[in-house]
Amino acid sequence: MSDAQSPPEFDPSAGIDSIDDFEPVQVFDDGMDLRPGADNCYKCTACDTSCPVAEVDDEFPGPKFQGPEQWRLKRKDDVEIDDSIMSCSNCMRCDNACPSSVPLSQMHNEARGEYVENQMDHTSREYIRNRILANYRTLAELGSKVPRITNAVMGNSLVQKINEKVLGITAEREFPEFATQTFREWWRERGGAQVQSDEKRVAYFHGCYSNYNSPEVGKALVRVFEEFGYQVAVPRQRCSGTPMFANGMLDDAERAANVNVPEFKDLIDEGYDVIASCTSCSMSLKQEYPELFQISGIEEVSNHTYESLEYLRIHEDIQERLDGATVDYPDLAYHAPCHARSQGLDRQAVELFRDVDGFEIEDVGSSCSGISGTYGWKTEKYEKSMKIGEDMFDHMHHAKGNVGMTECPTCSSQMEHGTGYEIRHPLQLLEEAVV
Amino acid sequence: MPISEDVIVVGGGIAGSVAALSAAETGVSVRLISHKKSTLRHASGLIDVLGYTADGSGPLADPYEALDSLPEGHPYRVVGSDAVREGLALFDQIAGDEYLGGHTDTNALVPTHGGAVKPTARYPRAAAGGIASDDRDMLLVGFESMTDFEASLAADHLDAAGVPFDVTGVTVEFPKTFRADAKVTRFAKALDTDEDVGSRGTREALAAAVEPHLDGAERVGFPSLLGDDHRHEVRDDLESYLGAEVFEVPMGPPSLPGLRLEDLLFDALDEAGVGMSTGNKAVGYETDGDALSAVVVDRQGREIPYHADAFVLATGGLVGKGIGSSREGVREPLFDCHVPHPEDRYDWFVDDAFGDHPFAAFGVAPDDRLRPQDADGDAEFANLFAAGGVVGGADVAAEKSASGVSLATGVVAGREAGESA
Repeated sequence: MSDAQSPPEFDPSAGIDSIDDFEPVQVFDDGMDLRPGADNCYKCTACDTSCPVAEVDDEFPGPKFQGPEQWRLKRKDDVEIDDSIMSCSNCMRCDNACPSSVPLSQMHNEARGEYVENQMDHTSREYIRNRILANYRTLAELGSKVPRITNAVMGNSLVQKINEKVLGITAEREFPEFATQTFREWWRERGGAQVQSDEKRVAYFHGCYSNYNSPEVGKALVRVFEEFGYQVAVPRQRCSGTPMFANGMLDDAERAANVNVPEFKDLIDEGYDVIASCTSCSMSLKQEYPELFQISGIEEVSNHTYESLEYLRIHEDIQERLDGATVDYPDLAYHAPCHARSQGLDRQAVELFRDVDGFEIEDVGSSCSGISGTYGWKTEKYEKSMKIGEDMFDHMHHAKGNVGMTECPTCSSQMEHGTGYEIRHPLQLLEEAVV
Repeated sequence: MPISEDVIVVGGGIAGSVAALSAAETGVSVRLISHKKSTLRHASGLIDVLGYTADGSGPLADPYEALDSLPEGHPYRVVGSDAVREGLALFDQIAGDEYLGGHTDTNALVPTHGGAVKPTARYPRAAAGGIASDDRDMLLVGFESMTDFEASLAADHLDAAGVPFDVTGVTVEFPKTFRADAKVTRFAKALDTDEDVGSRGTREALAAAVEPHLDGAERVGFPSLLGDDHRHEVRDDLESYLGAEVFEVPMGPPSLPGLRLEDLLFDALDEAGVGMSTGNKAVGYETDGDALSAVVVDRQGREIPYHADAFVLATGGLVGKGIGSSREGVREPLFDCHVPHPEDRYDWFVDDAFGDHPFAAFGVAPDDRLRPQDADGDAEFANLFAAGGVVGGADVAAEKSASGVSLATGVVAGREAGESA
């Protein structure tokens, strides 16, 4: 039919009961189909120019290939997923760059899931290593039972060498230390919420890192929100799934989501909104969950999830509270994590604290830190990861302060690793300023 | 308490950035909202004001002289030539010594990657060595793996255009071997960090590959991939190895000069204290009487109102998706402002591909304060101003006036919004 012709008249009620409820993807019976998104790609390569991996890796074909092009290729039964999908770090910058809203990261997640499921040897060292890294929480739960011993063992250079030789986990990095008391232990010890409110309620998704490794971030969040009159709940929860998506372990991620979604959905029904202190966790609940899984209540959880500072900015006049405030704080080199960027939060910390006296906060630029969760822990990816991060290290060294700041725990360890700086979370600064 | 400012600008390209800066100059608080990365990454990085008249004559030596010949309703006729000068002055302030051309009112002629010469008002310092009015002999260098710049073809075209110098083109191998479809950013990164190739850096190795082809040329043009953060250092190094001036030829998308311009604008906004919220789409609005009270932003499922006293619409034209069209009609999707267009869609275009297409000038119709008007000629909202590609009345692609229109309307719309806030 040419463009000049009108479509023939037809009676929609003849074949489909209600045309209003019709979704084009329903014509496919094998579940998810990304065709409408793939067709929106007009190959402008904006995604490729914002891909931090393509910038340093001569072998990596880039997000356009991994997404819409590979999607078309694999429609043919005899074409397998290209193994370069495992070099995508899931930073999701391509999503943000695409002028046509092609669901690139969703395509990458699905391709990676398919690759790991069907093409990877499940007894291989790489698979086992990836599974261990992706399921960090399991490791953390065990390790944090005896934090001092674990820290001593994992910090031991012989153990690190063995990790590298046997598992392919780089010995270059310092294993993150476990806190002597987890956030949840602290929360129980203090007797849970100290503020009760029927109006202002938030359920905290602390994720693994602020529970096991940096409970001071979780504590800062609780104190800040209680200061603003919120009743805080800390429900049972598993990993958000981010490291699992990045390693193509979609089944593991779905198992975790099956715990998280109902727990938080119940609280949403009681008037709570969900807040997270890690931008990858909030990203996962907001975007990846509804893209990848079908769980009852998943849309509500997605729609009610916020990054913690974002939530305060929307609901409180936090700017007024901070105007003219003075704190005694070191100068800060701020890095916006990729997953903050893709949520449109890359400027908020700098904007929020710009007018607070007592320190200087400087944005160290738009480069990716390069660690991308578990990515930079893999022996074969370590150098690439450091090369991507080079720009950020360089900008940090040129910034005034010798203390870094970011919302993402793994960006934070990369910043520390590359510069030796101590790294803090914006919530800790906010706690200092308002509590 | 939602986010609230005096002025909110929707759109993160040249028009939006300049409107935000212009509004900030009036002393009000400003926030810029943009959804995806702007179309600047598809742009040449050149700042054109007017290269050809509406009936196609040119290239114009002096764009200001031709402003009065433009049709009524053209954005330049609405804002006047003073606004064009103000827009350029603000741009010069933003760009500092990164851009040249401000010393004169007349257009410069800059070679493009296809071998045409483009009349432009401001050009990046990196492109300065290529100016076509300069009579020094020129060598253009292309790379085998970069199919979008065919150096000898570009040289032939330049020659045919009658440039006053000898120009030749050569294709060499880039000293580092990348994958066949390597990204322009990959080349830039290798030069930026002077990656090691064998016993020397990429810059020295590149110069060595070009040197045998110099044949007395006093300037050498490369596709614009000569570094990013350290671009001046890259060029300086190449110049000292080659003993000739080195310049960049602006390329098609994705374009490093466009990305660098985006960085310049971003730094200026940051410096001016303009708030920026990017990555989420503006999807609707709230009103209070005949004025806008908020623009609603979709933050992954939740619709958050951003309140302000005045607003600037700078969402771009058809390419930037500030103007949308379907079989039924042409519309401005955010505030549903009226876009004048013929009822019959066969009247939106003409048969000649390079003809005078009506669709090229589609956009909102502004009043003399740049407020979009409804079909009756009344302002759609008392406090909404428009700037850049979303404003209709000009075929900016044919006139080579896109950045100039963005600058001039951006300055005026931003100031109007700031003063009414």
